[in-house]
Amino acid sequence: MRLRRFRVLGLVLSLLLLLAACGGGEEEPEEAGGATEAAGDTETAGAEGEATTVGADAPGVQELRDAGTVRVGIKYDQPLYGIQSPDGVVGFDAEIAKLIVEGIFGDGDPESHIEFTEAVSANREPFLQNDEVDMVIATYTMNDERDQIVDFAGPYYETGQQLMVPEGNPEGIESPDDLNTPDLTTCSVEGSTSLQNFEEAAPEGDTLVFDSYSRCAEAMNDGRVDATTTDGAILFGLVDEFGGFEVVGEEFSDEPYGVGLPEGATDVRLFVNERICQIQESGEWDQAFEDTVGVVAETPEPPAIDSEMYDEVFPEGSECPQASETGGATSEASSEMDMSEPMTEPTEMSS
Amino acid sequence: MIQFLIDNWEPIWRAFLLTARLALYSFTIAMVIGIVVAAFRVSPIPPLQRFGAVYVSIFRNIPLLVIFVLFYFGFPKLGIVFPEFPSAVIVLATYTGAYLSEAIRSGINAVAVGQAEAARAIGLGFTQLLREIVMPQALRTVVAPIGNLFIANAKNTSIALAIGVEELTSVSRELGQRQAQIVEALLGAGLLYVVSLLFAGAVFGWIETRVAIKR
Repeated sequence: MRLRRFRVLGLVLSLLLLLAACGGGEEEPEEAGGATEAAGDTETAGAEGEATTVGADAPGVQELRDAGTVRVGIKYDQPLYGIQSPDGVVGFDAEIAKLIVEGIFGDGDPESHIEFTEAVSANREPFLQNDEVDMVIATYTMNDERDQIVDFAGPYYETGQQLMVPEGNPEGIESPDDLNTPDLTTCSVEGSTSLQNFEEAAPEGDTLVFDSYSRCAEAMNDGRVDATTTDGAILFGLVDEFGGFEVVGEEFSDEPYGVGLPEGATDVRLFVNERICQIQESGEWDQAFEDTVGVVAETPEPPAIDSEMYDEVFPEGSECPQASETGGATSEASSEMDMSEPMTEPTEMSS
Repeated sequence: MIQFLIDNWEPIWRAFLLTARLALYSFTIAMVIGIVVAAFRVSPIPPLQRFGAVYVSIFRNIPLLVIFVLFYFGFPKLGIVFPEFPSAVIVLATYTGAYLSEAIRSGINAVAVGQAEAARAIGLGFTQLLREIVMPQALRTVVAPIGNLFIANAKNTSIALAIGVEELTSVSRELGQRQAQIVEALLGAGLLYVVSLLFAGAVFGWIETRVAIKR
């Protein structure tokens, strides 16, 4: 009698363990071979019968093609850039991801080849280091420290750090200097360059740190913080989503967004740079922006794809120039961002 | 790992002290809650008994993180805004208090029933019974479980990072990310936790031997 009870218990426990194991494992849909093996050639003809990329032939990119799916880390809670919706993840980062993947498979259906995973600010590097994703497109600022452990393609977008305050700006804040006092609290996200930049710009200011910007917005609504700081792009998204806020001040840093890649993934990096260049010239970049962030902001000039971090930027023989001529970022505060001057010191404090 | 601790000693030590204060304050309040709720549960007054039972059911069965977020982001909707550190103290105290009350209650039940009868016979009221007779004995028998709960509570302080408290884990993590030494940073933090909690465990062990009821 007692034995039987234990056996039943044992059975139930093992069933539970089995369920947990099965539920937990996420297998990549092994569309081995299946998807567009299309003559292993660069026919990234895809939808528009466009120019082909040289970089898509490289072995690193071929590996992605063979896997059938590209795993992309993306934000799920960044309005306008990467946000969960009933139709899946939408936003500018998602559009860029689709355009890049289309450049790999060229079959007009990039969404079937993408597997999105949520990347929060703090886990973008571990995801790449542990091979949990193939690339990270998640409002990911390129900088030297990160470059030590991951690689970057791009930049595919440029923004700058700004401040967001309650509508009406009750404290009259115009720049980080105004927040450089322990009486005022500013919110940002752990592991982000925004937090670091702000601490350097306003060392006396009190800070409150959460794991996502939506928490910062909530805290501001509750009156816990006087300002939130991060890239202007993200702030616009928050204003769009929450309402009751406004973005103030000049941009006080350069934030070039890049595609995060595992360290040493040179083939993929060169290809992605080439592909970004391609979509900039074809107008697809502009279209992607207008469909997403364009709702609240004007479409800017795409940034020049170059960086002092690497010697090689484009695959050999590609059509993309080594030094972009669209380069002239005509934008206001931040840029003298043509070729050089990337993201080393965050101190672009116009003050 | 040691090098990391040395290089970043100032902010890490500050965070360690904050964590220690958080753990100690919350545990003290939790002990009060634990004793009170346990007393309710064994009292002869039905409404109090029910209150105690409900309290334990709620706070033992909700994940701590959920309580943190609900308290910190939910209460302001009702107009009550507590800053981060007090919020963390309150949340940890209520959570650990539920577990403590169960531990203390089991200690109370371990006290011979004849004691209660004798107390009634000499005319002691319920509160007096608890305060003079039962609690002193009950607490002495459950020092070990209480020690366990102290350690668990101290480790739970790391969850306060969800509401922006700059405790040891979050500070180490942030520093580690900025210097691209995440593993060293967390190992260092882990080391601090282990060393201080081993010490705490030893203290409780000593208390246990000192107050043990000689049978």
